[in-house]
Amino acid sequence: MAEIKKATGLIDWLDQRLAVNKFIKVMMTEYWIPKNINFLWAMGVVLMVLFMILIVSGIFLLMYYKPDIKLAFDSVNYTIMQEVEYGWLWRHIHGVSASVIFLVIYIHMFTGIYYGSYKKGREIIWLTGMALFGMFSAEAFSGYMLPWGQMSYWAAQVITNLFGGIPFIGESLVIWIRGDFLVADATLTRFFMLHVLLLPLVILLLIAVHFYSLRIPHVNNQEAEELDFDVEAKKYLDGKKVESKVVPFWPVFLSKDFFVVGVALTIFFYLVCFHFNFAMDPINFEPANNMKTPAHIYPEWYFLWSYEVLRGFFFDIGGIAAMDIGLAAFGFANVIFMVFPFLDRNTDNVAPAHKRPAFFVWFWLLLIDMIVLTVYGKLPPTGANAWVGFGATIVFITLFIVLPIITKMEAKCNNGGCK
Amino acid sequence: MAVETSRRDFIGMAFGGFAAAGGVIALGAMKKTWDPLPSVQSAGFITVDLSPMKEGEVQTIQWRGKPIFILKKSADMPKNEKRDIVAGGSSYAVMIGLCTHLGCIPTWTPTTKQFKCACHGGEFDASGVNTFGPPPRPMDIPPFKIDGAKLVLGEEGPEYKKLVAKKA
Repeated sequence: MAEIKKATGLIDWLDQRLAVNKFIKVMMTEYWIPKNINFLWAMGVVLMVLFMILIVSGIFLLMYYKPDIKLAFDSVNYTIMQEVEYGWLWRHIHGVSASVIFLVIYIHMFTGIYYGSYKKGREIIWLTGMALFGMFSAEAFSGYMLPWGQMSYWAAQVITNLFGGIPFIGESLVIWIRGDFLVADATLTRFFMLHVLLLPLVILLLIAVHFYSLRIPHVNNQEAEELDFDVEAKKYLDGKKVESKVVPFWPVFLSKDFFVVGVALTIFFYLVCFHFNFAMDPINFEPANNMKTPAHIYPEWYFLWSYEVLRGFFFDIGGIAAMDIGLAAFGFANVIFMVFPFLDRNTDNVAPAHKRPAFFVWFWLLLIDMIVLTVYGKLPPTGANAWVGFGATIVFITLFIVLPIITKMEAKCNNGGCK
Repeated sequence: MAVETSRRDFIGMAFGGFAAAGGVIALGAMKKTWDPLPSVQSAGFITVDLSPMKEGEVQTIQWRGKPIFILKKSADMPKNEKRDIVAGGSSYAVMIGLCTHLGCIPTWTPTTKQFKCACHGGEFDASGVNTFGPPPRPMDIPPFKIDGAKLVLGEEGPEYKKLVAKKA
């Protein structure tokens, strides 16, 4: 045990007991970030800020929300919205940040894909990131159920029904998940538990692993330049700050991040104050009714692309029911991003997409295709719309089938194997 | 590598084994905690007395949160051997009242003796067979058991099994 001496001050007193100086060095002042990055590298911190906003607004909503099918709707739409001081503000902050966090997650994800930041030692970052995406999706779904409006109810009904597509155990699995033959009180209370306790705990844990897994291979940079972080860090510490290719996380990197966070929050609070309605579906202001289905059901915008993949196959093929093909495609879409690092067969090349011509085309095709899927996911699936949805679904699946092929060819060319 | 099991290895394996067994049992308990409660399960079976029904009358009841249509067929309604339920000498059409297209609830139109769905124009005859529009199949028949003039929904009686067998 270290020798405890009379402390010279509070920091020293803490340092002798908690090694705070060492801790701050490791976590902040000597955590090195490359200089050659752009604003897209700030999305992680923006996500962290949005997650904190969700937790804080969620805590205040939790004080008045009642997870009971007889009380839930009024506790949200009457108590919180009309009686509680600033209750409406907490609700709109919570709803808008839930929506915006998905936009930033997608930007964060596609930045990682574009700059090849998912491979060569960074696989765990990608995997924990995708696990976080999954957990955030579950958070969004379980939270959407809580106001117990028509859209809450029928979204819950349809999504839990999807598990019915699993062979053999499907039907009883659906009843088990719901705790009833239909979405009912038991369903609401258990999803309430998931939303406010279990899933946030898992998310916090995953965030810790996500950050830790970034620490060892370090942050990527715009040109995928291999840096010797020890050498660059020494330059910086020796005062050669211009020459060094790295900056410390705190205060240099975060000061830039704070600027991006400032811009993001300006847009965010503009949405909260003036355009909160986009996160508040009008159908959900009608109390849940299990005897009346809304004419048109659709998920929130961030699930539309996978929803469109689900319903893209609207006709039977070779004796297999359209619904089953759709479910299989939906499963594919939700798993395929998880294994992304292993589909890119050019594992050593971490160059950005604009230095990898075939991959560059692939990247933009994927992005455009996902936007098309998102747009058509909201439209009724009739006539030409159904065919566009079908085409975009086929393109989506094909893109992931050809990814290993084009990256393998690229790897060959890099080694001088093609002319 | 020599295979040698020391006493410490044994203690470790015994500890791990007990912990794993306990974990599996705990998981089983957690699974059961999520099962539907007895009150919920018993509400999954309801008994309807058919004797007070008049000919040509449609009754809508709720079973497992779904609407169930019960129609006592009058003489002018065609019988459907594959779907009709005979109880107390009369024929009944019993079906889950959800359109097989997208799950909307069709309404009974006495003048034309049809179930019509307002959502996308699907039509079903008095036996619940789809006759027009997007519905891909007739309305589903819930599991039932006949008990004299009473109908028990949720239980698979011999008559239900016979109907299912005919469908296949």
